[in-house]
Amino acid sequence: MPDVTNTAVTPEAAAATPAAPQLSKKPEKSRSLLQDAVRDLVRRPLFLIASGIIFVLLLMAAFPTFFASADPQLCELSRSLQKPSADAWFGYDARGCDVYARTIHGARTSITVGVLATVGSALIALLLGLVAGFYGRWVDALISRGIDIVMGIPFLVGAIVILNTFRDDDGFRTGGIWGVLTALTVLGWMSMARIMRSTVIQTKQADYVTAARSLGASTGRLMFRHVLPNALTPLIVLATISLGVIISVEATLSFLGVGIQEPTISWGVMINQSLGRIREALHPLLFPAGFVSVTVLAFIMLGDAVRDALDPKLR
Amino acid sequence: MTIIDKTADVPAPRGAGDHEGPLLEVRDLHVEFHTREGVAQAVNGVNYTVSAGETLAVLGESGSGKSVTAQAIMGILDMPPGRIPKGEVLFRGRDLLTMSPEERRKIRGSKIAMIFQDALSSLNPVLTVGYQLGEMFRVHQGLSKKEAKVKAIELMDRVKIPAAAARVNDYPHQFSGGMRQRIMIAMALALEPDLIIADEPTTALDVTVQAQVMDLLAELQREYNMGLILITHDLGVVADVADKIAVMYAGRIVETAPVHELYQRPAHPYTRGLLDSIPRLDQKGQELYAIKGLPPNLLKIPSGCAFNPRCPKAQDVCRTDVPVLHPVTEQDGGELPGRGSACHFWKETIHG
Amino acid sequence: MGRYVLRRLLQMVPVIIGTTFLVFALVTEMGGDPVQNLYGERPVPESIRVALTAQYHLDDPLPVRYGYYVSGLLQGDFGTSLSGSRPISEMIADAWPETLKVAGIAFVFEMVVGVAAGVLAGMRRGKFLDNLVLLSTLTVIAVPIFVLGQTAQIFLGVKAGIFPVSGTNEGFMSYLLPGLVLGSVSLAYIARLARASVAENLRMDYVRTAKAKGLSPTRITGVHVLRNSLIPVVTFLGADLGTLMGGAIVTERIFNIPGVGYNLFKAIQIEDGPALVGFVTLLVLVYVVMALVVDLLYAVLDPRIRYA
Repeated sequence: MPDVTNTAVTPEAAAATPAAPQLSKKPEKSRSLLQDAVRDLVRRPLFLIASGIIFVLLLMAAFPTFFASADPQLCELSRSLQKPSADAWFGYDARGCDVYARTIHGARTSITVGVLATVGSALIALLLGLVAGFYGRWVDALISRGIDIVMGIPFLVGAIVILNTFRDDDGFRTGGIWGVLTALTVLGWMSMARIMRSTVIQTKQADYVTAARSLGASTGRLMFRHVLPNALTPLIVLATISLGVIISVEATLSFLGVGIQEPTISWGVMINQSLGRIREALHPLLFPAGFVSVTVLAFIMLGDAVRDALDPKLR
Repeated sequence: MTIIDKTADVPAPRGAGDHEGPLLEVRDLHVEFHTREGVAQAVNGVNYTVSAGETLAVLGESGSGKSVTAQAIMGILDMPPGRIPKGEVLFRGRDLLTMSPEERRKIRGSKIAMIFQDALSSLNPVLTVGYQLGEMFRVHQGLSKKEAKVKAIELMDRVKIPAAAARVNDYPHQFSGGMRQRIMIAMALALEPDLIIADEPTTALDVTVQAQVMDLLAELQREYNMGLILITHDLGVVADVADKIAVMYAGRIVETAPVHELYQRPAHPYTRGLLDSIPRLDQKGQELYAIKGLPPNLLKIPSGCAFNPRCPKAQDVCRTDVPVLHPVTEQDGGELPGRGSACHFWKETIHG
Repeated sequence: MGRYVLRRLLQMVPVIIGTTFLVFALVTEMGGDPVQNLYGERPVPESIRVALTAQYHLDDPLPVRYGYYVSGLLQGDFGTSLSGSRPISEMIADAWPETLKVAGIAFVFEMVVGVAAGVLAGMRRGKFLDNLVLLSTLTVIAVPIFVLGQTAQIFLGVKAGIFPVSGTNEGFMSYLLPGLVLGSVSLAYIARLARASVAENLRMDYVRTAKAKGLSPTRITGVHVLRNSLIPVVTFLGADLGTLMGGAIVTERIFNIPGVGYNLFKAIQIEDGPALVGFVTLLVLVYVVMALVVDLLYAVLDPRIRYA
């Protein structure tokens, strides 16, 4: 579905073509690429802002009670839809729950799902992309067609069908994080695998790999010592960016009623609950939606900054 | 400060009724780049002249400022980060640097043309070579598409591309390296400019093809009586083609000389080092000479003579005083026309 | 060229078979009792159970059942829906035009605005317009689409009354807002892609050559840079068109557009397996065909591919 799946690929990352060498206007310096990149990164305001935001979000996910003392599950209808105040910074939602406390506690679910699903699909992508790119021939053909097949399944349809199979003993959808996690992982690795495959193919042809091969390095050594470390960057960049996107997709699944449900709190759940009364009060929507947006933004900016810093041709 | 003069009697420049003197004169040109690390001084006061029919070879390592000078002349420097704080580039007596962008654009390609090193990346990959050649006529002379294509085929014939008519609709990647460089030459030649700047035109080519391309370039230059600035780091390429040589180091010209004199009697330790590092058959078995050290960091050019940290003859004065380009003379004071050396000890270098 | 097309066509076959089989298997196998799934959430009378088992070859192993399904497909038979017992091909004929209307608006919107914004930003890197484009596209990407759609519906539809709130009764206007919402995310990606591509191409050696030829800045960008920069943009647009034509579950649901996405979602909700598989098959076909078109388009646009 275009609504969501588009966002799983970043065209900029996918479409990067080799740039021509630039004028040699700068003298060579004896710094490593990585040192250069780090020096470069800490000077970028966007990078600093993004990592600052992510750091705070991670703290929230780890220690929600430190940020919010109110009980996120304590709801009193009497204070339904009250506006933000000194007592409740983000106000109360339709059921009279503290929006601030719920937003903070929701961070844990949303970020856990985002991180785990991204790590999971990045690992699948890494393995398949490495094997396909390194061995080529029928192994590559097999894996590439496999990628095509899974990519052919519309993302939301696939996710909904997978989520349908997560049921408790009574046949009800569980609404926990495991189903969402599985769906996002199983359907989220393909573009990363493609990137990985093509960088591995590129790296494999690099002179230093040929050199290592002619010096008699074993296949495993070539693959993990020479090719893998040099082919990781685009995968890491893409994974960082899609981490943000996955958090947004998690919310979408809740919206469609197939994702995480009460009593688990996630930003998606909160947004979905707020939509019914959106005409009367905007704040129950605004805060969780704002958090989702800022999180997505932070991860995209982080990925962009890292890519720019690691990409020597852009300097 | 015009040290380099005409060295050979050359035919009078074409169509230059309003201007006597050299075709191109670069005066005290400075170019700097503003980078995050600081200001890189790429060109620091370059002077040279080129007359019609004359070939000036500009020799130097990468980073010596030879290409940047050429791009400043062409007006294709990226500004920013580049900046020209000082200097003049007189073409037929008029300063290019003070012209309006539109005036300069009209001179580019039609009066002064440039050939680049890597023809594959320098040609547009998605346009046919015929289109790219014909574009010169369409833009500068207003020819129609059809007329331009006819002209393009003529040009391809001119630079000896076989089956030109059949290949005019091919794309750059379908040609071999040598053929692509011929297309670059044809493009530069299209409007019969007065001056061609060739920036390492053969560096990317096989040795056998190099000679063919250089010969073609020299032949066309004679035929059209053009001025030619040949930028290279390869002393071998220069010897047969150039009339005079300017050696650049760290954005300055360190030595100028008519071509054969430079080879016989260099007057600057850097030139000597370059010449000594050419492998020679008669010295087989001996260790090959190499200039020690690295090219200077343009953000921090050494004080005094920029070459002093690498120079075998450096004295204290070399670390404090920037040497000017001294006129070089015979031991008895006899004139050596066109020769100059920016070394405090040029006498010892050439005569000692 | 002909051989290339043929090879790509042959590559498509396993993808179509693989994807439809996967969906077929997921829907019929993983959902528990297939008869129950077919029948919905009511208790299944034994006679009907027997009939359904026979009708859908439920006693046969999965690959055989899939074989029956494909042989039906090849005769143009998408099967019959469980709810209302309509032929699925008829449902598709009703739903697809609705989806195409929304998709068309979205496509034109993202193409025109996205490419223009991206190209202008790429040419003026670091300037105000560039930062504006970067910031606004990031915002659009960051806000989940259902939030975007729902707030647009509330503010532009309900409160401002500029657009119809939902349904398809008001002709073009009914599809306009859904189209704009649907196109906005791709628009942001296209703008960013075009920007990056233009900026990258402006640094290429051939641009220096074009300058040295004395071409005007307009001609350098208009002819040389654009031709090169738009290659990735056009291929992205092609792929996106394939996705758009497959319907949009979220947008169609928010605005009540009875298109493919709407039907898909309904089929999932009421566990109408045949309808679900039917619609997904359509999507896969569209997707795969568009992927082929994109590949061919790429070869047409970039001569280096064409002759490789």
